[in-house]
Amino acid sequence: MISRRLGVLGTFLALFTGLVSACGDDSDGSGGADKTLTVYAAASLTKTFTEIGKELESQHDGVKVEFSFGGSSDLVAQIQQGAPADVFASADEANMEKLTGDDLQADDPVDFASNTLEVATPPGNPAGITSFADLAKDGVKVVVCAPEVPCGAAAVKAEAAAGVTISPVSEEQSVTDVLAKVSSGEADAGLVYVTDVKSAGDSVEGVTFPESSTIVNTYPIVALKDSRNSDLAQDFVDLVTSDTGQSILEEAGFAKP
Amino acid sequence: MLLPLVAILAKVDWAHFGSLITSEDSRAAFWLSLKTSTFSTLLCLLFGVPMALVLARRNFPGLSVLRSLVLLPLVLPPVVGGLALLYTFGRRGLLGGAMEVVGVQVAFSTIAVVMAQTFVAMPFLVVSLEGALRTAGQRYEVVAASLGAGPTTVFRRITLPLVLPGLVSGAVLSFARALGEFGATITFAGSLQGRTRTLPLEIYLQRETDPDAAIALSLVLVVVAVLVIGFARQGRSAL
Repeated sequence: MISRRLGVLGTFLALFTGLVSACGDDSDGSGGADKTLTVYAAASLTKTFTEIGKELESQHDGVKVEFSFGGSSDLVAQIQQGAPADVFASADEANMEKLTGDDLQADDPVDFASNTLEVATPPGNPAGITSFADLAKDGVKVVVCAPEVPCGAAAVKAEAAAGVTISPVSEEQSVTDVLAKVSSGEADAGLVYVTDVKSAGDSVEGVTFPESSTIVNTYPIVALKDSRNSDLAQDFVDLVTSDTGQSILEEAGFAKP
Repeated sequence: MLLPLVAILAKVDWAHFGSLITSEDSRAAFWLSLKTSTFSTLLCLLFGVPMALVLARRNFPGLSVLRSLVLLPLVLPPVVGGLALLYTFGRRGLLGGAMEVVGVQVAFSTIAVVMAQTFVAMPFLVVSLEGALRTAGQRYEVVAASLGAGPTTVFRRITLPLVLPGLVSGAVLSFARALGEFGATITFAGSLQGRTRTLPLEIYLQRETDPDAAIALSLVLVVVAVLVIGFARQGRSAL
């Protein structure tokens, strides 16, 4: 019995080490790059920046772009603690100011895109949401971001602009959490960014509201002072603000800054 | 092992510690955590004790499969557990539709928090109690039964006192696990002050804007955890 258990354990271990070494092989195999550029970017930029990164790799031989996508405030905290980032792109200006406050930038940050809020509902819009005011109706389960995170701060502003008070059933940590609660049908509606509705495809429906135009989140990007590839970092920033980068962003639903 | 704890201690803003942990958000999260963890521990006892008895005392085909299933939440990432709960009890889940007809809505409620905590904490109780039951053996129970004691009397007078230390430490561990529950809660129950935002969720959120508050609250959780472990050891040696 014991030996059989050990056998099973051994199999697991073998599988696991196999996996680990396979991963190792993979990164070695696809490597061979002379230079690696590390970009820290807001989670909402995952799709677009991955595409822009590929573009940069195709323009420069032997260059590999790696990304760390996450909440802007997390990323700033990591950079402040000495994370080896070359470029930082934030989903709002407040987090970029934290970074420039510590004088970590190589140059002044550049605004490269903007995003507005939209109401997301599950497919078929079961609660029949047609306006921002509908979110305050009794019995409608609305999920928003917590006021502490950028998308939640924007939601608070939207409430003020529309003169509507929403009592959400949950205040989530990130816009992706909100989207997940909506697409699973758990919530009747959620406040997310226009780009989130677009990238979610058929799993949610978007309801635009006029009040959103007054609340615009601007995305700034900057090359970092401590970068070991400062030329390359600046190239990436330039590519994001170039026509190529801008058309990729526009495709995903981002507006011009 | 100790170093990260020391780092937290060193990072705490002692001057404002009191006001940081007594803010309205913090207190709401703290009480919610205590309340839900207590309820989950009771539920763990309610379902876990019979489960442990079955696992320790019965022998039937499929027993080892059952044991693996009971232990699954122990090795499952909590987020996966939360997703599983969501697709079972959520509005569009397996049982959600039926429950909605009866008028019960679990999602985004404190009940959901308790369910998530019970789900992840129960294996601790079952494992602990099953071990105690196996160590205690059945000899005394057999003797008592042969002397004319009914099953209830045997359980109350023989089995329970013998396994009490295991039961207590299992319950305490379940409580501690419930207190620290994060992944399943945020996936299944959401996060709203006073209703579903427990202490770990509050810490995660505070970190966004007020790292000092997050660290102060982390220390509170560490202290509670240390107390719980101390209590479990004390209980064990006293019994």
